[in-house]
Amino acid sequence: MQVKQAFKMAVKSIKGNRFRSFLTMLGIIIGVASVIVLVALINGFSSDMSESFSTLGTELITVNITGRSADNQVAVDEMIEVLDSSENLAYCSPQVNISVTAKADNENVSTTAFGVNEDYTSIKGYQLNEGRMLQYGDTKNRLKVAVIGTYIADTLFSGKSPIGKSIKLNAESYEIVGVLEEKADSSEGSDDDIVLIPYSAASRLTRNSTISSYLFNASSSTSVEAGINDIQAFLNTKFTSSDYYRISSAAESLEQVNSLTSTLTLVLVGVASISLLVGGIGIMNIMLVSVSERTKEIGIRKSLGGRYRDILTQFVIEAGLTSAMGGVAGIFLGIILAYIASGLLGMTVKISLLSVAVSFSVSVGIGILFGYSPARKAARLSPIEALRYS
Amino acid sequence: MIEFKNVYKIYHMGDSEVRAIDGISFTIDKGEFVAIVGQSGSGKSTCMNIIGALDLPSEGEYLLTGLNITRYDEDQLAQIRNRTLGFIFQQYNLIPKLNVYENVELPLIYANVPEKERYEKVIRALERVGLANRMRHYQHELSGGQQQRVSIARALVNDPSVILADEPTGALDSKTGIEVLELLKQLNNEGNTIVLITHDNSIAHQAKRMIQIHDGKVVSDTLN
Repeated sequence: MQVKQAFKMAVKSIKGNRFRSFLTMLGIIIGVASVIVLVALINGFSSDMSESFSTLGTELITVNITGRSADNQVAVDEMIEVLDSSENLAYCSPQVNISVTAKADNENVSTTAFGVNEDYTSIKGYQLNEGRMLQYGDTKNRLKVAVIGTYIADTLFSGKSPIGKSIKLNAESYEIVGVLEEKADSSEGSDDDIVLIPYSAASRLTRNSTISSYLFNASSSTSVEAGINDIQAFLNTKFTSSDYYRISSAAESLEQVNSLTSTLTLVLVGVASISLLVGGIGIMNIMLVSVSERTKEIGIRKSLGGRYRDILTQFVIEAGLTSAMGGVAGIFLGIILAYIASGLLGMTVKISLLSVAVSFSVSVGIGILFGYSPARKAARLSPIEALRYS
Repeated sequence: MIEFKNVYKIYHMGDSEVRAIDGISFTIDKGEFVAIVGQSGSGKSTCMNIIGALDLPSEGEYLLTGLNITRYDEDQLAQIRNRTLGFIFQQYNLIPKLNVYENVELPLIYANVPEKERYEKVIRALERVGLANRMRHYQHELSGGQQQRVSIARALVNDPSVILADEPTGALDSKTGIEVLELLKQLNNEGNTIVLITHDNSIAHQAKRMIQIHDGKVVSDTLN
């Protein structure tokens, strides 16, 4: 008997008992739908993370030096030397954070001043709006100049050009030489709430001459690891143990997030698989009932020439088709629920085609696997006894 | 066409044995219309099961259309049931969720007949029993007599060598029963070999030959 016929018979059987077929499929539908939704949510989360890391800059490397000893200080020039000698690194800037009260005319505002060098804005991705960025000369000549963000500019100079004007940082006077372009939303605490001064001047504000924070940019996102190795190689010549410093990168953090989401996905899929397993048992159960109820029919079919394999094929296809239909319904339900969840929870969803393909295949597989035993039972019935059954 | 050579069917229940058929021999030629008569428990049903390739003899031999099928396996028997035999049951034994056309079509599907040919054969069989206009109907929409005629059409559809009817009028009222028997007589006149199993002597007398079975043995074999 051709497979096409078996399919038609299977469809007839399923249609003939719609409610029961639906109940049979329910386990599969729920299992598949939950896999689709959960994977979509995790995928969305992971994708969001990737995006925010890439805006941070996946080439960003942060170095913090915690060890302090008079003999083993790291000088800015030495770090610059590391930058120059490595093909994996593109930029380097020290970063000294100082809380300041910035005053101009009659306005003042509390903010953070960053003591940096001319590479800083390239590393952080700031663009110039007015004037100029910090230059090497500012540091070399120990000038007291500042570049400010739009929040500072708006708050202290209310729209007028601050170039050339003076700004007081903790009572020290700086000349404003540049205004950065808006990066975020010009609000307090945002990326636009920033004052950049040469690090040479910054040390004067803090009365601390050692610089403990450096930002590097790798030449590309693929050379981050090599770049970190270069930095590490240098720092190990300075310090006896790696406890004295800490190197972290956005790429590394991203990898940790990806690893976390992978594990999370596996766990959730494992849990959802249990639901699929239960669904499979449900199918087996119903198929056994179905075989029992159709004993007479099987006897008739055998008396008309249905062989063992004809009956087996018929019931296996019926089970497989039932679970396949459950799988398709589950996929649609899962996609709809994913979008609803996204709307309600405000989370991003990204439907994974792989999860769709895998859950569909698994549901068909489960139907065939769990339908096989009842099908075998049907195929082995003795036609005489089956015909006598009522 | 059908040859029973010293056929025995013995069931072993623990220590005792039950001889459902206790040494039966007969020959049925092509074109005959034979009734096998007996009371319940006589062995006539066991006879029918063996003739119908649903069961095999414990001893002796069964030849069908010259083939010795005594040692056939299940798949081979299924093929015999499909090609060589046509069954008509007392309870009609149609499949309720299939319509008339699909029921009659079933033996052809198991015979792997292509669709166009199936259509022609089914129509021809349904026309022969006068039910071509009920092709799309379902069992519950038909009377008992109509259902039995569908069953006959199904038995005919694959051009079997032998038609086996097991108490075909048992579930019908007398008038419809007569109609069905008339149909069987016509089919016999057209050249079909028909074996009818019954417990009712009056029905048996309507066949051309009667084989009486009692306690698993043939007690008489006469022409009507």
